[in-house]
Amino acid sequence: MTDSIQAHADEKPAGLWRWVVTTNHKDIGTLYLLFALLMFFIGGTMSMVIRTELFQPGLQFTDPLFFNQMTTMHALVMIFGAVMPAFVGLANWQIPLMIGAPDMAFPRMNNWSFWLLPFAFSMLLSTLFMPGGAPAGGWTMYPPLVLMTGDAFPYLIFSIHLMGLSSLMGAINIIVTILNMRTPDMPLMKMPLFVWTWLVTAFLLIAAMPVLAGVVTMLLTDRYFGSSFFNAAGGGDPVMFQHIFWFFGHPEVYIMILPAFGVVSTIIPTFARKPLFGYASMVYATASIAFLSFIVWAHHMFTVGMPLVAELFFMYSTMLIAIPTGVKIFNWVSTMWRGSMTFETPMLWAISFVVLFTIGGLSGVMLAITPADFQYQDTYFVVAHFHYVLVTGSVFGIFGAVYYWLPKWTGNMYNERLGKIHFWCSVVFSNLLYFPQHFLGLAGMPRRIPDYAIQFTDWNQVSSIGGFGFGLSQLIFVYVVFHAIRAGRKAPARVWDGAVGLEWSVPSPAPYHTFQEPPKLADGQLQSEGV
Amino acid sequence: MNGIKRIVTGLTAVLLVQAAPVVQADYTLNLRQGVTPISREIYDLHMIILWICVAIGVLVFGVMFYSVLRHRRSQGAVAAQFHESTFVEIIWTLVPSLILVAMAIPATKTLIAMEDTSNPDLTIQVTGYQWKWHYRYLDDEVSFFSLLATPRDQIENRSPKGEHYLLEVDQPLVVPTQKKIRFLLGSNDVIHSWWVPDLGWKRDAIPGFINESWAWIEEPGTYRGQCAELCGRDHGFMPIVVVAKAEDEYRQWVASQKVAQQSEQALSEQEWSLEQLVARGEEIYNKTCVACHQPGGVGVPNVFPPLKGSPVATGPLEAHINIVLNGKQGTAMQAFAGQLSDLDLAAVISYERNAFGNNTGDHVQPTQIKAAR
Amino acid sequence: MKNSTRQQTNRKLAVRLAGVTLAMFAFGFALVPLYDVFCDITGLNGKDVNRISAVEPVAVDGSRWVTVEFLSNSNAAGSWEFHPSISKLRVQPGKLYSVSYRAHNPTNRSMTMRAVSSIAPGTAAGYVNKLECFCFRQQRFAANEQRLMPLRFMVDNRLPPEVGTVSIAYTLFDSLDGESAPGS
Repeated sequence: MTDSIQAHADEKPAGLWRWVVTTNHKDIGTLYLLFALLMFFIGGTMSMVIRTELFQPGLQFTDPLFFNQMTTMHALVMIFGAVMPAFVGLANWQIPLMIGAPDMAFPRMNNWSFWLLPFAFSMLLSTLFMPGGAPAGGWTMYPPLVLMTGDAFPYLIFSIHLMGLSSLMGAINIIVTILNMRTPDMPLMKMPLFVWTWLVTAFLLIAAMPVLAGVVTMLLTDRYFGSSFFNAAGGGDPVMFQHIFWFFGHPEVYIMILPAFGVVSTIIPTFARKPLFGYASMVYATASIAFLSFIVWAHHMFTVGMPLVAELFFMYSTMLIAIPTGVKIFNWVSTMWRGSMTFETPMLWAISFVVLFTIGGLSGVMLAITPADFQYQDTYFVVAHFHYVLVTGSVFGIFGAVYYWLPKWTGNMYNERLGKIHFWCSVVFSNLLYFPQHFLGLAGMPRRIPDYAIQFTDWNQVSSIGGFGFGLSQLIFVYVVFHAIRAGRKAPARVWDGAVGLEWSVPSPAPYHTFQEPPKLADGQLQSEGV
Repeated sequence: MNGIKRIVTGLTAVLLVQAAPVVQADYTLNLRQGVTPISREIYDLHMIILWICVAIGVLVFGVMFYSVLRHRRSQGAVAAQFHESTFVEIIWTLVPSLILVAMAIPATKTLIAMEDTSNPDLTIQVTGYQWKWHYRYLDDEVSFFSLLATPRDQIENRSPKGEHYLLEVDQPLVVPTQKKIRFLLGSNDVIHSWWVPDLGWKRDAIPGFINESWAWIEEPGTYRGQCAELCGRDHGFMPIVVVAKAEDEYRQWVASQKVAQQSEQALSEQEWSLEQLVARGEEIYNKTCVACHQPGGVGVPNVFPPLKGSPVATGPLEAHINIVLNGKQGTAMQAFAGQLSDLDLAAVISYERNAFGNNTGDHVQPTQIKAAR
Repeated sequence: MKNSTRQQTNRKLAVRLAGVTLAMFAFGFALVPLYDVFCDITGLNGKDVNRISAVEPVAVDGSRWVTVEFLSNSNAAGSWEFHPSISKLRVQPGKLYSVSYRAHNPTNRSMTMRAVSSIAPGTAAGYVNKLECFCFRQQRFAANEQRLMPLRFMVDNRLPPEVGTVSIAYTLFDSLDGESAPGS
């Protein structure tokens, strides 16, 4: 690179305006991550309300209607506001760096897809202050109940349209970037796994999100324009909503977990100092999980009463997902096997991911068994299952990724000791929070209830204490990040001695513009070397 | 490095905290075996799969933690460089597949048995309402609503909670033991789900459609459950109580129900005084109306209108009767003509017109309600 | 690769992906008719066709008896009375039967209603042939009108042998395009 290009590389508008007009993938990645953090705390506050009310039987703090608003909004904010934007943020920062591209393929669209989100969520959150309150029909928005939502209803639908639009533009951008912008030295089967899992995720997004947009549009026309897609009175069927919704909803689950698989597949080899075991099988497993995710949707709704053949089909297809998922877990364990491991904070998150995600996966296998699901469905067992997958799975994956790449982003190391305290608090409290929910569900406690029978008291108290602890632990994380930016010691270009990949070939912090010219790949620069 | 110590102490802490209450309250840990052949099959299936999952977990985590303990740089481990093996990949694709097939076979058998609703001994139609259940015995002309019986005082923490807090109803569903009972589920408004864990299943009650399932209860007893599908504000407050009785006791119960329905009829023919009506009406109000209109008739702002000083409860009597009988479309106000008897309707309307400071002094006789229907 | 050609190929791919997105949006709507076809084939939800079945004269299967149960549910505004005249009937497949439902409009305005039928078990839905049914069209009721509405049906000979009981449920709704209910 010549000096003049280098000088140009660091040019950027100053002040706040820079963040509004930025088209730089690193800036936009930062924006996404900060937005996700904000939403994580807003959604987390709602969960604190839920856990406070559930600390004791009886109604203490909330009206049941407000409680339902909290469960509904908690889910929407966490799924669409925290987990998904966090992964898009990671993709924005890392994908161009990992494939040697100067930026995303469509920088301006990138800016737009981020800036839709604050509008979408302002609109959604504003419903909390409306007469009649926020949507309270569950994030799954089942009619006819959701159609009884008050003034909040059109805001709910329109905000979902905006979130959908945002993730669709993000997904298109990511696919084009990955397929067209890789450095010529990098064939598909040499891409880092994080890039691979995001490629598959982006395809899931463009296949699934439009279906969600379609189905909420049908809700809108049912409510305001006299159609009757879901109204039995007009020849419609409320169960059809559930079919179409979960046709989106199940791929959505994998949209939220596949990038975390990619993160873990990146972190474990680094700290085991050993190449990822079974790179090719990891890629194929990811692709088959994505494919299967489109033919299992009805396992979310076994109790609506389906013909026997349909129940059997969805039971078998759901059980099949365990196979590629198992392959991934075995591959991670084999990667650790006979490695030379050290346990810096990112590795701790990755290991806890493998353990806790597996617990969520195993309860998933139990839920797939249709006859048993007639007992488990809509109980706290399900709540425990998906929180193991989404919190100790996706969210822990995101934490791992942030600790792993934070030195590259900020140029400073985080405080290892504080990072470990954050990790241990989170892992202990999240288990205290979610594990007892398995017992509650099996013992017969339904989800989404503000008050419960007295035999559920003990475990709810344990769970609530875990919840408060887990919530407070996240304040440590904010401090760790703040501390790293302000006072962390300088990080070298290759932050982790076992790390491979193009992102470590640029200085820390990564310059504003990187890889203006496609980089050449040296031997051993990629994890997938030797495939 | 003291990382292992931390892992060990961390895990022990989690286990200890979680194991402590186990001793005193093991009934809240696991699925119920239930009281039907199907529920037992499901319990067995659940236990088999649980243990398989535990075994897989122990194996995988065992290998992993062994590796974490031994293959660490601080122990002087040098990284091997192997990174693929088609053979082991095939093994760990095949072995889980076989385990899954082993799980699928008993699951399929149970499922087929569950879906066989043919040749029932009696059929009960279950209808979900916001927020109560209605039961109708197709073989006998008996039908009634079943509502939460837990007093508001307990829910709002003004008095100690009873043994069956939130799982008690005013009128339970009574069924015979040792009979194949077929349940037909439907709904009057939104989707509900009828779940009694001891029967082994839940089924959604969907407006416009009927769903079916069945149970064969072996032992007399009282079995409790609740609505399992979010159905609005009081989703958590619509319990189900099933009382199973031996055949002859069940028959007696059916006969007594028919007598009770007739005597209710006779009561409705009488003239009632204002005091009698208001006293009876207060009971009905606290069971049927209080969930929305709230104690003291204050309502919930912007959601459920107050009755205290409301134009309906203090205005013309005819309009008041009409809205209680027929409901108000597009709102949560249901039509109560089919839900309450003439007497109960007269009582609750009289109560509403004289309570909460609405001292209109009006009262309405059951015969007037009958005429207004 | 030159910058301008790269931009061109990028744009081309993005347009294609946007096309996929639109197609998937359309697919969401296409799921509606697909779902109906699926219901017809499998009897999902006991969803039942609201039209006259073409019935060829068939031999009555004299050896087989099936119990038909009649259920009703009113989701209409107002306290509609809506009940079958009998709750159970033993029938022979291949033979025609007539029953009726009684409906009473309790309000003092005329209303248009629609009855929606659902059959359990779902597998039997395709084997209940209706020759005449009040569910085929909307029903108009004058204020306080009360009347009997007929249902003429035949259970098909081909009804799967394991089905011994068929339940026919009608749910009464306010018609969506008729006048609406009282109280408003």
